[in-house]
Amino acid sequence: MSKIFKNQIFIPVAALLLLMLFNLVIDPSFFKISMGVNSAGNPVLSGYLITIINNGSELAILAIGMTLVTAASGGQDISVGAAIAIAGSTMLRVLCGTNTRPDTLSTPIFVAFIVGCLVAMAFGAFNGVLVSIFKIQPMVATLILYTAGRSIAAWINNNELPIISDPKFGYYGGFIPGIPIPTPFFIAMACVIIIFLVLKFTNLGLYTQAVGINESSSRLNGINPVFIKWLTFVILGACVAVAALIKVSRLSSINYSVIAKDIEMDAILAVALGGNALSGGKFNMAASIIGAFVIQTLTTTLFKYNVPSDALPAYKAIVVIALVVFSAPTFREAVSKFVKNIKGGKNKEVANV
Amino acid sequence: MKKKVLAMVLATAMVLGLTACGSAAAPAAEAPAAEAVEEAPAADTAEAPAAEAPAASGEAIKVGIINNDPNESGYRTANDKDLKATFSAENGYDAQFAYSLKNDEQIAAAQKFIQDGVDYLLLSAADTSGWDSVLKDAQDAGIQVILFDRTIDADPSLYAASIVSDMDKEGQTAVDWLAGQNLDEYNVIHIQGVMGSAAQKGRSGALDAKVAAEANWNIVKQQTAEWNAENAQQIVQSVIDAGTPFNVIYAENDDMAKGAVAALDAANISHGVGKDVIVMGFDCNKWALEELLAQNWNYDGQCNPFQSSYIDTVIKTLQSGGTIAEKTIIMDEKGFDASTITQADVDQYGI
Repeated sequence: MSKIFKNQIFIPVAALLLLMLFNLVIDPSFFKISMGVNSAGNPVLSGYLITIINNGSELAILAIGMTLVTAASGGQDISVGAAIAIAGSTMLRVLCGTNTRPDTLSTPIFVAFIVGCLVAMAFGAFNGVLVSIFKIQPMVATLILYTAGRSIAAWINNNELPIISDPKFGYYGGFIPGIPIPTPFFIAMACVIIIFLVLKFTNLGLYTQAVGINESSSRLNGINPVFIKWLTFVILGACVAVAALIKVSRLSSINYSVIAKDIEMDAILAVALGGNALSGGKFNMAASIIGAFVIQTLTTTLFKYNVPSDALPAYKAIVVIALVVFSAPTFREAVSKFVKNIKGGKNKEVANV
Repeated sequence: MKKKVLAMVLATAMVLGLTACGSAAAPAAEAPAAEAVEEAPAADTAEAPAAEAPAASGEAIKVGIINNDPNESGYRTANDKDLKATFSAENGYDAQFAYSLKNDEQIAAAQKFIQDGVDYLLLSAADTSGWDSVLKDAQDAGIQVILFDRTIDADPSLYAASIVSDMDKEGQTAVDWLAGQNLDEYNVIHIQGVMGSAAQKGRSGALDAKVAAEANWNIVKQQTAEWNAENAQQIVQSVIDAGTPFNVIYAENDDMAKGAVAALDAANISHGVGKDVIVMGFDCNKWALEELLAQNWNYDGQCNPFQSSYIDTVIKTLQSGGTIAEKTIIMDEKGFDASTITQADVDQYGI
């Protein structure tokens, strides 16, 4: 019993089940999934669960990078929302060329994605240099891009609004004809599989945790902490680019000031909900990813029940605070001690009898 | 152990920060972008006017313009472009610009303009309060202040004119248009902007009043998407998933209307002129008006960013020794109907 409870992944899974149970009790239609067609005549699945896996995808992808950054540097990157704006703006710029309303794409989508990816990774590398070489607190270092990022994104497209009419570009944030499951979910799953293979077959996981736990002892053991920290920021940059592709594809356009707004907070929350210490060190990737879907489930649930607009952030905050406290390592330690004491007490009683 | 406690406190603080951000962002009408006080005296403009300007007095009129960041929204971009076009050297002006979304930075810019000895100070304030002392300084220095876009909490004697949009009227125009559609029943999905912003209050107010007054008007869902297209998409998706019937989408800006339409398309619900769902947006972005022209949307309400011609008239009047009879000038704002909009409207009013 206490073994299950001690397992880090227990917390986000329990939170997810709890939210699901709440929905099951209040309104079982939450779990209804129906098959329909969209306006283009393609089959699509719809329902709350589909909405969750669809809209939670970007967050899950970002949670991967954020977990690594948190583990290695003991801090968080708060510029991911702004970096998504930059990467998305870059992709649209490459796709559109000089014309903001192209009838045909000037470059293949794949090329645009690669360019966006390189730009996002370059900004990630910039953050990484500030953190690893100049030893600036990650939150302070990324504050620079957080402040300037959206203006840079607007500048990339001369503050104009590119709109892409080619339906193919919409596949990444919507549905591929003939496949009723939303594409973002496939993209997220691909990212999850890649990161698990990387963690399994390389030393990335071990090294990031070693650096996060004790930088100088990992250096003495032959790991280069500067490089590892820098690398995690570059990986987060790649995650940002993938999330940006989905985001701009959803509407085939961009709004520099609101795209992916506050998503950095949700990504950090996903890491915290996964029971990972925000001060770095050991991490559990699966727990973070499930944490991301917990946040999306919460958002979708709040949208479903007509929570008044002005009260929505308060409701979200209350649930999130409760979840974060429950998933905090200190709290779990205290509880498992408590459980042990009770058990110990019982055993003594038995012995006395 | 200490580290872990710290981490937990940080996480909690972050959550609180999340909500705090939500409400703090409210007064700044649209979403905040980066702040930067940018000096744009346009070197050639500053040098040239004396020689070239055909101003009657022979001397260029010096104006200091304090605005919000043009990257903030499409509205602001159009607004800034319009101001730059009007207050040019060719029109006999010597204009300096300062941009910030922060009140204190704007006040500092105003103080600098006063020291520079501008003739007019044009101001779109980030925040409504805190302007009294600096405006008094301007008055003492003989500088006329003209407010545009946003009003402030200060004595009206401190400024010469205030040129603003009437958000309540924008909402009323839209609701009157909707009432004119003579539907048997109105089941409205109401997607709101950032709660507490002037645009949200004005545009929500008229609809709320109408729904309260009429028996056949119902709100199916009222939720804030915080000007964000994706949130709007999720909100409409949520109504579709629940299977609740609706026939009107009242989105308080174009982006959110766009997100709502994306959800409708995914569920194959027809929208636009003569279709199942009426789509309404605000702000008159060019792409939105094109949606109207293509009959995919039904209505778009204007929020006029073109104050410069009004300001120009005020300055000309003051220059010729005239007085401004009514200090608060409310701009004309239109509402476009998809069945009557023309390409000329799109070109002229699209921002």
